[in-house]
Formats: sequence, structure tokens, C-alpha cells
Amino acid sequence: MSEGGMAEKWLWRLLPWRGGWIPHRKNEGHEEERHVKANNREYNDRFFYADNRIKTSKYNIFTFLPINLFEQFQHVANAYFLFLLILQLIPQVSSLSWFTTIVPLVLVLTITAVKDATDDFFRHKSDQQVNSRQSQVLLDGRLQSEQWMNVRVGDIIKLENNQFVAADLLLLSSSEPYGLGYVETAELDGETNLKVRQALSVTSELGADIHKLAEFDAEVVCEPPNNKLDRFTGTLLWKDNKFPLDNGKLLLRGCVLRNTEWCFGMVIFAGLQTKLMQNCGRTTFKRTSIDRLMNTLVLWIFGFLVCMGIILAIGNCVWEKSMGGNFQKLYLPWDEVLSDAFFSGFLTFWSYIIILNTVVPISLYVSMEVIRLGHSYFINWDRRMYHAQRDTPAEARTTTLNEELGQVEYIFSDKTGTLTQNVMVFSKCSINGKIYGEVYDEFGHKVEITEKTPCVDFSFNTLRDRRFRFHDHSLLESMKLNEPAVQEFFRLLSLCHTVMPEEKMEGDLVYQAQSPDEGALVTAARNFGFVFRARTPETITVYELGKEVTYQLIAILDFNNVRKRMSVIVRNPQGRARLYCKGADTILFDRLDTASEELLYTTSEHLNEFAGEGLRTLALAYRDLDEDFLRGWTQRLWEASSSVENREDLLALLYEEIEQDMTLLGATAIEDKLQQGVAETIACLTLASIKIWVLTGDKMETAINTAYSCNMLRDDMHEVFVISGHTVVEVQQQLKSAKDQILGLKHEPSFNDSVDMEKRDSKYDCVFEEAVSVEHALVINGHSLAHALEADLEGLLLDTACLCRTVICCRVTPLQKAQVVELVKRRRRAVTLAIGDGANDVSMIKTAHIGVGISGQEGMQAVLASDYSFAQFRHLQRLLLVHGRWSYFRMCNFLCYFFYKNFAFTLVHFWFGFFCGFSAQTVYDQWFITLFNIVYTSLPVLAMGLFDQDVNEKNSIRFPKLYELGQLNLLFNKRQFFLCSLQGVYTSFALFFVPYGVLSHGVRDDGASITDQQSFAVTIATSLVIVASVQIGLDTNYWTAINHFYIWGSLAVYFSILFAMHSNGIFGIFPSHFPFIGTARSSLCQPIVWLVILLITVVCVAPMLVVRFLRADLYPTPTDKVRRWQLASRRQHPHEEGLRRVRRTSSRRSAYAFAHQEGYGELITSGRNMRLTSCSGLGSDPAPPAWKMHGNSSWIENLLKKRLTTTSGISKCVPNNSTDGIQDEQHTD
Amino acid sequence: MKTQETTSRPDNTAFTQQRLPAWQPVLSAGIVIPGFLFIGLAFIGIGIGLFITSQSIQVLERDYTGTGSSSACSNCVSSNISCFCQLNFSLSALFPGPVFFYYGLSNYYQNVRKYGVSRDDEQLWGDVSKSPCSTCGPYQYSQNMTIAPCGAIANSMFNDSFTLYQLVNMTKKTVPLDGKGIAWWTDYSIKFRNPTEVYGSLAAAFNGTVKPVNWAKPVYDLDPSNPANNGFLNQDFLVWMRTAALPDFWKLYRRINAGDYVSGLPAGNYTLEIQYNYPVADFGRKSVIFTNVAWMGARNSFLGIAYLVMGFLCVVMSMVMLIVYAKFNTPGEDS
Repeated sequence: MSEGGMAEKWLWRLLPWRGGWIPHRKNEGHEEERHVKANNREYNDRFFYADNRIKTSKYNIFTFLPINLFEQFQHVANAYFLFLLILQLIPQVSSLSWFTTIVPLVLVLTITAVKDATDDFFRHKSDQQVNSRQSQVLLDGRLQSEQWMNVRVGDIIKLENNQFVAADLLLLSSSEPYGLGYVETAELDGETNLKVRQALSVTSELGADIHKLAEFDAEVVCEPPNNKLDRFTGTLLWKDNKFPLDNGKLLLRGCVLRNTEWCFGMVIFAGLQTKLMQNCGRTTFKRTSIDRLMNTLVLWIFGFLVCMGIILAIGNCVWEKSMGGNFQKLYLPWDEVLSDAFFSGFLTFWSYIIILNTVVPISLYVSMEVIRLGHSYFINWDRRMYHAQRDTPAEARTTTLNEELGQVEYIFSDKTGTLTQNVMVFSKCSINGKIYGEVYDEFGHKVEITEKTPCVDFSFNTLRDRRFRFHDHSLLESMKLNEPAVQEFFRLLSLCHTVMPEEKMEGDLVYQAQSPDEGALVTAARNFGFVFRARTPETITVYELGKEVTYQLIAILDFNNVRKRMSVIVRNPQGRARLYCKGADTILFDRLDTASEELLYTTSEHLNEFAGEGLRTLALAYRDLDEDFLRGWTQRLWEASSSVENREDLLALLYEEIEQDMTLLGATAIEDKLQQGVAETIACLTLASIKIWVLTGDKMETAINTAYSCNMLRDDMHEVFVISGHTVVEVQQQLKSAKDQILGLKHEPSFNDSVDMEKRDSKYDCVFEEAVSVEHALVINGHSLAHALEADLEGLLLDTACLCRTVICCRVTPLQKAQVVELVKRRRRAVTLAIGDGANDVSMIKTAHIGVGISGQEGMQAVLASDYSFAQFRHLQRLLLVHGRWSYFRMCNFLCYFFYKNFAFTLVHFWFGFFCGFSAQTVYDQWFITLFNIVYTSLPVLAMGLFDQDVNEKNSIRFPKLYELGQLNLLFNKRQFFLCSLQGVYTSFALFFVPYGVLSHGVRDDGASITDQQSFAVTIATSLVIVASVQIGLDTNYWTAINHFYIWGSLAVYFSILFAMHSNGIFGIFPSHFPFIGTARSSLCQPIVWLVILLITVVCVAPMLVVRFLRADLYPTPTDKVRRWQLASRRQHPHEEGLRRVRRTSSRRSAYAFAHQEGYGELITSGRNMRLTSCSGLGSDPAPPAWKMHGNSSWIENLLKKRLTTTSGISKCVPNNSTDGIQDEQHTD
Repeated sequence: MKTQETTSRPDNTAFTQQRLPAWQPVLSAGIVIPGFLFIGLAFIGIGIGLFITSQSIQVLERDYTGTGSSSACSNCVSSNISCFCQLNFSLSALFPGPVFFYYGLSNYYQNVRKYGVSRDDEQLWGDVSKSPCSTCGPYQYSQNMTIAPCGAIANSMFNDSFTLYQLVNMTKKTVPLDGKGIAWWTDYSIKFRNPTEVYGSLAAAFNGTVKPVNWAKPVYDLDPSNPANNGFLNQDFLVWMRTAALPDFWKLYRRINAGDYVSGLPAGNYTLEIQYNYPVADFGRKSVIFTNVAWMGARNSFLGIAYLVMGFLCVVMSMVMLIVYAKFNTPGEDS
């Protein structure tokens, strides 16, 4: 490292966010073109390109204090308290001692600083971990192991198989022929299939020759850093030649090298300038809606405060004029300036602002933070959100959003990896009219297949895949009986695909499948004895029941989205040529010969059955080919493929010609395995009135299929609208007609309409009945979405989408995902939650109010961007319905109480103002003002905010309707705030006027006066603490030992501090600071004082109790009902809940199982991806297929009945008792 | 077992799983309605007791501000120098003792902030050598010397004095007034302290200080006859320094608990001789009060009435709730 570099590095250490803004400013402003010279650090250093260090942390040891304090004082609240503190330093204004503000302020600043420091420490740690990953860098003519952060632009680095790419690299050479390299881009765009990258032929000749590579001195001129993942333009200048560069030659940071032993690459973009990091963007600070409401309320309170200040200031003017003047002459002669009534009023205004500032107490914000932090810990600690298989507990990565979890209205979910496991399982098949794959018990009833169902033993097969499971023994038996249809079925599966085998050791066979579906099918064939073992461009070698058979591969008729099928033409060793075809049943059934008609009918039935179970199906067929016909056809095929014009069309025609008159073999059914409990979770969340939208990059068929299997689309839905227009007008028309259709239906005076109205009216108390309504669904593809998201259509899109119960967007880009979320967020003002697992979900996760990452998969990109993460989609149910609801409930209760408490506490000064000449005299002791919020009343309300439970967790999940309170924002809103402030005002009124009435001429029983200021203060303060404690006691629904300890403890602490501060000892030490000596014992031993306290308590609490009781009786909320029900059932015998599974009985079909790209057939027959043969030329990425939606009319819709159990008339969602068994951990309270 | 500990599975404790055993009270009818009834009845009981006790306490209050021609001391209102006046009253029956003698000021704002802070507790604790704290201003210094006691409170000390006579056979019989222990014990023994006497002289201890502007005599001459009642420890001074919370207040002046008057003031005619020094007529009034006290202090019907009203309301509310409960509670939910 050069000296200049060191100096610069050191300089950066002093500057905050150095990685963040310095390079940006430098490069985004000036860099128009990037010049990088390979192996030439001096040259590259001139441009100050970012190095490969990632920095997400904010502070270091030296910058922490100033920066953190600066940030903290940017908070309006903190700045306000600082302002108050400065006001208090003016003696004419100061109505409180300096410590009443500074003690809480310092406490708050310290707690926040400690929290920020811990956060940053963990960021440092994770940065450190990423930065110190090792990579092999070519330095000084040899490969050296360097940390990632030391990699610089222009360096040449070596990557090995399965390694993460360290920076954006230009691929130079690789172990594969023609400089090919395979990468998995799941981290970047969520697509799990492999992508091919190819080096320039000039550079691929460098091979692994370190010497040549070290001498490589080409210069790359390319575009400046940007966030476009699929675009790159540049030129390589080497030996006076120019070579164009495109995206196909770039390995991006975040990809993983696969199937490539090694490769060399030259760093083009490093660190924060890589496309991955440029895509991440800055984390925007998320705030909850309660936060925003609080900001408004705080402004209101300021307004209120100013009003009170003005009233009191006017009062002061008047008093000074009418009364004070006379009084002053005798006993209160003040400085000249102060004797002016108006000026005195002005000063009084500020004095009262200081005194009354406790209506917005400084401890409020910090208490909110503490409560949220606690809730976050409860999420982290929750064992039921822990996933044992991957050893992943749930994690609250943001600690500021918890209560928002209780208000979610829209969930945007990714599909692959979130709803589904992205694991395809060969689960059933229909061969020659017989279904295999179902298990029956001894009575002939279908048995549900679980983990415990015995598996078929494949041990006879030495080449089997040990992970493969199949439960139906009859298929293997048929196979062993040499049933020709069964054998042909599996032969087809082992021949007709584009899978690449890899056999590093004898018998250790690994398949590289383009799509998981194909992998599943070939693996199934492998286990049943048809082992696909090797291929060359011309041959396919299969071990058929242990016997090696090599087929001549004549042609691969590749898959594309129009054909929806693929075929191979092979010649077996006996010389017979045969075409094997697999594809979507709708397509295939039109191309069968007449003899298959009867079988077609049966298979069709079976396909319906499979589709009904949410399985992805494919039909299989073959055709024996006439030798002469084949020869002519091959000839034409060769001509067609070498033609330049219309190649595609000619090929399509030829394919069409040969794929005719086929004989049906049967059908396969693949299960796109859903994550555990997805259907139940979605059902439950739907009952909680949460709308779930699926945003996926996957195909429409796949998405729809998944939506059916996880209960989002159902057969009893009125209609599923599919929007797949190619132009704006088309999209608009389709959306309009969908909307009209939904609305038209609603306007019909029908049964449904009246039910709908009823539902709306009884929104609050419909816990007891599940309203039936017409349901619609909307499916929209990426093309149409791009049009629909334009400014003039987005309103229509949103209106239509919100009329539907389910919305599915397929083929969407990461940016579109974010746009959809943004649209709902902006136009609906609803709380949104985005959940996903891949890097393609990052934008959506960051845009939504709450981002949830599914962790445990390889990619951590989504998790790192998320606010919450856990391993399984089903944990969402618990996160929202239990943790979210509780957080919201607790936070609202906390806020209500807090405002109540502070209004009660502070407004006593307002009333007192009328009796003390509006002189900003405080009622209480200064110490009491200092300690009231931070000591006397902080812990009980914190305990309530942390531990309170209105309804226990079991019932929270069982009655999802309870969640609606949060969505409707009922527990804390402007009305609630007004009510609790009013209660506070009333309490303060009672607190002041009861002692006023009693003590105005009060004397002790020995005749000494107790009407003095100090006794008065102690009486009111004690009453206040007791009333506040009684109130918190009534607000606490769930008295744990901690609540008991804090509530009783606070009272005890109040009295001990009171007596301590009024004691002789402390007065002896600080006479001027503790002038209240003796007041506590003098007044608190008087019965009349206690009578006053008792009276105040009852006067303050009784009306509130009556109101609560009557409200619960007359207008019970769902919570009240459930609580009562809970109480009643606790009293009764705790009866066993019948657990029923939410079972799908739907059936529909034509969900064919193809998830891979076209073009791989060509790749195989050309042999380009095989090392054995030599061919020339290779295109970059296969062009994205022209994608077209097939009409939805062919779906056979059957009924699905979601089973809802109702106990005592309450609709419930009984969660599936899955592996970590909610029932197991049941407890009786 | 060992491997289980190394996993990141959260601990299964009642705390982390939010399953702490808890008492979950519900505001059910069975608790609230009887509760209200009970509180209501209890309050009515207390209220009756308080009301009766309060009625049994006798109070005699006489205004002597002197404004208005017919009132006592009208001769003194306009005079600037100290002036004597008389206040006569008669008792038709025994005024049961012990009788407490208060002076009362109304519309007098001892609770104005700037007035209330105008004192120096360290000085009053006996440290007269230090300069008084700034809050004492404008009564911090006089003639370039420290004022002791400094501040507006001390400066405005009530300085009327009273002598009570019973008219027995046209002769004045002095009623003994006891000024001992009228201030709080803590004030007398702890909070206030005289500076250490120099050669047995309190005056010397106050050397270097001057008397407050309004005072006639320095603080060490407040009660030269009784060293225990002199200087900062003067009982009247202590009573005055305990500032009142509200603008109308009574301050204890003397107790009547000696001689023939232990059991109270017998029926008869009385004359109160007032040395009228303290001008309040511009903004308020002053009065003298004779009263006896019960366990609940002085006469105060507010508390008793408040308890009665509150008790009555609680009983009514319990009835209302009972009716509502019986009428609207859907059966089956509670049981």
C-alpha cells in the first residue's frame, strides 16, 4: 500500500461515514467514465475509486461523542429541553431549579447514547466480518491471500468454485472451455437458476498462467458506477485493440461461482461502488405511525402549553395591575423593570412554559424506546419463532417499529423461498391410467402423508439419491414387474430433460438442473432405476435397472413459453427412434393419437385431482418415428437451424410437425413444497383483515399455482381477474372492466350486498360471526404492472386491487415490487409489511413500513435490509397477531397513561396560578418535579408497557379479529389522546381543589397551621403519587410479580425518598437545597391529610371506573368479549380444543411444471457447456422469453371450503399443530 | 445435552416466553358493584362523622382591618405610626378550651414566587457571616451591610401584637397567652438556628448585619426577655417564615391554656387590645380568630360535605351499574 493511500485512509478514519459520502461526492459528481488499468495500482489510485471496504457503521471511538450528541440534539424534543434548560438560566424567568431539567436530560441522552453505541458496535462487527473475508489477489506476480477490504480496483483476483464474488469483476479466464463461468445470482435478483458468463476470447487464452496474468496490462474504459444489474457497457483496450464489453462478461459482487473450478477476474467496481451496494441504497429511518401521531400530538401540546402560558401571563398582567401594585408598595418591591405589568406578564409566560413543560415529559421518548427495546427482546426470545432445523431464532433487527406490527393492513410477500421452500418433490404420478403416490390404510382410506409415513426402500439401487422419498410401494412393485408403461414412463423422465450430470466420484452423482422441477423428475427416475448418468452432445447414457444403455440423441426440441413442452428424439441401441415429449397437459392432449383417447380421459381426471392438491403437473407422451420421415425431418431441421432469417419460426413449424400423434404415457405431479404452515398462516392473517399481496419474479402459472395451494386463491372466489395487457390502453381496459365487474356486482341488490353492508356496520363486533362476502382476486404480470404503475393508471390499479381479496403480481422486477409497496403506502395510508428472502426483495423490504426477511437461506441480503427476520413464513402469524398486537396494545396503553399522568401532574400548577398571583410558583417541591417522571411513576408504567397482556397469546391467535383494533387505530388516536388528557385535567382539578377546600384554614390537632406551602405541596404530591399508582394498577391487566414489585415498590420509594429528603440529616448537609425539612412527618401524621388523600383518590378514580364498567357492558370491544370469555373458561374446566387442520379440498389444473429458461437445449446439443467436445461461438444470456399468459378459462374450479371451527359463536382460526407444537407448550394460567 | 446448549434456541423460561404467572383482574360486575356500594356507604359514614365533629367546633372571627367607619380600629387605618385600638366581643357561653388564637390575613400573597424564594435558608440556619443569596434581593443589603434575616418574607413579618382582657366587674383581667411551641418543632429545633453567641451575647453574634428595612428592632431584640425565643428562634418569626400556600390564611398567634382559662374562655365580655402596625388595607384584610380544635383540626364543613356527596354518588352509581348490568349483560358470556 502506497504512502498516499495510508494517509488518505487515516484521514478517512477521522471523518464520519467516510465510505458513505466521500466516494459518492467525488465520483458521482465528476466520474463520467471509468478508466481502470489492470495490475496498475498507481494509475488507478489517481481516480480515488472506492476500495473494497464496506462500511455501514457510523461512529468510531473519537467521533462518537460529538456526532452522537449532535444527532441527538437534532431531535426536536431534545433540542426543546435544551432550550428550556437555557431559559432556566435566566434568573428572572427561572421558575425551577436547573436540576429539574438537567437530570432527566442527561439521563435520556445517556441511555440513547448507550443504545446507539451498542448498535454501532454490532455494525462494526458485521462490517469487519465481511471486510476480512479472504480472497486471492494477484500481487507482485504471485497470488496472495488478502482480505476483501484490501482488494482494489484494477486488481486481478482468483475465485474458486462456490466462493462469493468479492467485487464487480470482469471475467478474464476460467477453468471451463471458452472462458465460460457459471454464477448463481440468487443474492442479487432472487433467480436460482445458473447464469453463464463468458470471458473475451483474448483474455480467456490467459488461462491460469500467473505469469501472463501478472503482465496483463489492459485498460478498461466503462460507465461510472450505477445500480443497473442487467446493463454494462465498456471497452477493453489491449495491445492496441478494442474489445467491447457487456454484462455477459461481468461477475457481480454477491454472486456465487458455481460449476466452475476457478476463474480469474479483474476488479472494475469495488466496495460501495459495486452494483450490489449501489442497489442497497441508504437505509431510510423508519418511523411508526404512532411516532407520527405523537409528533402531531406534541405539537398540539405545545400549542396548548402556549395557550396556558398566555392565559396565565394575561392573568399575571391583570393581577400585577390590580393587586400586585398595592402589595408591592408594602411587601414586594422589585426592580424597576419588573414593576411594569406587561413586562412581568411576558416574563411570567416563559416561567410558566418552564413549569408546564412536563406535559411533554422528556422521559416519554426514552420510555418509549425502552419499551420497544423490551418488545424486541421478547421477539428474539420467542421459542415459537425459533426454527430448530436451521437453528435460527427470530430477530428484531430494528427496535423502533414494534407497535407498528400491530397495525399492519397489507402484507407484500415474495413467493420463492418465502411461501415456498423452492424445493420440488416428485410426489405423485399417473401411469397408464393408474395413480401412484397415495397411501391407504388397511380400511382403504387415504392416509395423509407426514414425516412419519414409511418410505419406499430404494436400497437395491446403488445410484439412488438418498434424500429422495416416496411413500407408495406399489409403484416400485409395478416397476419390478416390468410393466412396460411404467418403464417407458421413467425412461422418458431420464431422457427428456436438459439436466447436466456431474459425477466426481464413482456413484456420487449430482445433477445440475436448470429448474428444480426437472431435477425432481430426473431424480425420481434415478431412484426408480432409470439413472441418467452422462451425456454428450450426441448421446445420453442411462443405467436402466442396472444396465448401461446409451441412446443417440438426435434432437432436443427445446422448451419455450409458447410451446409449453419439450421433446427429445433419441435412438436406442436397437436402432429404433422415438420422440419423448413432456409438457402442459392442455397442449399435449391436442397432439395425441386417437388410440389414447380413453387413457386421456382417465389421466385428465387424475390431473384434476393432482392440481386440486396444488401439485404442478406435466403430461408425458412418446411417439415412434418412422425412419424415412425422421431422415427428411432431420434434414429440414438442419437447414432451418442454419438459416439466418426466420430461424425461430421455421424451427417452431418443424417441431410442431413432429410432435403429433403421440401416445400418452401418463402424468407427473410435483409438489412445490410450501413452507410449513403457510396456508394456515395466510388463512389466519386473512381473518385478521390483513390483505396479502404476492409479488414474485416467477411466472404467472407458478405464482397462481402457489397461491391456490396456500389458500390465497380459492375456487369459491367469484372471479380471478388476469391483467396481461401489452399496452397502456389494454391494461386500462382490463383494469376498468375488472373494477366495473366487481362494483357492478356489488350494486346489485342481492343477498351478498346486504351481508356486505351488515359487515361494514358491525365492523367492531363481528368477532362472533364471520361475514360472507363476494371475493375476487387480481393477477397482474410485470408488463402490465409497468403500465399500470404510471401516474394516470395507478389510481385505477389501486382501486381495483383493493376491491380484491388477493392480488398477485408476477414477473415483477425488484423496483416494481418497491413501487407497488410505495403506491399502497402513499395512496392508502395503510401500514404495509413486506416479507421476502432474496436480494430482489430488498427494495420492497426497505420501502415498506416494516420489512421482514426470511433468514437461514444462503442469501442474507434480505435479512440485512430487514427490520425483523425469522426462518419461516408461518412465524409471521405470531409476529403480528401476538407480538405485534401486544406491542401495539401496550404502547397505546402506555401512552394514554403517560399523557394522563403528566396532565394530572402538571396542570395543578395551572390551577394554582389563579391563587398565587400568576407568579409561576410551583405547587410541588422541586425535587418532586425532578423525580416524579423518572423515579416515582416510571417503573410501574414501564412494567405495564413491557409485560401487560389483555388477552393471552393463545387467544390472540385464536381470535384474529382482535387484530383489527390496531388496523383501525382505535387504541391510541387523537380522540383517545383527548380523552386521557381530559381525565388528566380532571384529576389535576381534583388534586388542587380538594386540598384547597379542606386546607385553606387547616390546622393540625395541636393548633399549628398546616396551610403552609410545604404541607400543601406534600399533601398534593402524595395524593398524586397514590392516584397515579391506583390508576396504573387499574390499567394493568396482567399483574406479574414484576408489576407488583414495581407498583408497590414505587410507592415505597416515594415515601422513603420523601422522608429522606425531609429529614434532619440531609438538611444538615445541604440546607439550601432541602428546605422541606420536617414537612413530611408534620403533615402525614395528621388524619385530616389522609382523609384528603383518600377523598382525592376516590374522586379521581371512581368516575373512570364507572365509565369503564358501563362501556364494557354497553359497548364491549372484541377485547372485552374475549377477556370475559377467557375469564369464564378459566373458571370452568379447561376443555380440550379440537384441533382441526385447515384443509384444502380445491381442485383446478393446468399448472404445468416448467420453471426454466429456453435455450438450454441448444446449449446441450451444441456442446458448448461440455468439456468433451468442441464447438464454437456462444451467445450471452439467453434472451428473455416472450412471455404470454394462457387464458384462465381452462381451469376447472372446484370448491374449497375453509374449515372454521366456531366455539361459542366466535370465529376462530385454529393453527395447524405443526412440529414445534403449540399444544405442547400449552399452559394453564 | 451439551449440543443443545450451544444452539441459539432461546431459553425456555417463563420470563422470556412471556408466561410469567400473573394475576389478571377483570372489572367484573361482581367486584365493581359491591365495591362501589361499600365505598359509598363507608364515605357516608365518614362524612357524617366529619360533619358532626366539624359542627361541634366553635370559631370566633373578628375583622379588625379598620376600613368602614363602624369597624374596630378604623382610627388606625390611616395613621402611619403605631397605634392602639380595641376590639370588644362577648361570649354567651363557655368557649371550650383549649382555645387557639390566630391572626388571619386575606388576599395576602405569601405564595408569590418571587416573595416565596426571598429568603436564605443557610443564613437562617445560623450562618450570618456569608453574603445572603441573590434571591433575597432587594432585601439583601442595607447600608452596605448584610440584612439579617434577609429577604422579603422576613422583611414583611407580621408585627401587630395583641393583649386579651376579660372584663370582670368592669375591671380588665388579663387572659394569659402562651406563645411557646406555636411553631413547628422541626423549624424551631433544626431548620432555624441562631449564630453562635459571642461572649454570651446574641447581639454580638449578629455583628456586621443590619435589621430588615421594615423592622422596628433588630432580630436579636425580638424577645430579649427570653433567650430561647430570641433571634431566629423567635416563635412568631418562625410562624411567619412558614409561608402560607393560599392567599387567605391563618397563623397561630397564641394558645390560651393557662390560669383560669385552661378549660376555655368563660362566658362574659372580652376586650382585645391591638397594637396596630401592619398595613394591609390597600389590598386585603386582617382578622383575629379564636377557635378550638378537634382531631381533624379546625372547623371545616367542606370535607364532611364532600365525603357525604361522594358517598352518595358512589351508592347511586352502583345502582345505575346494577341496572345496566342486569339489563344489557347478555347471559351466558359471564358464566
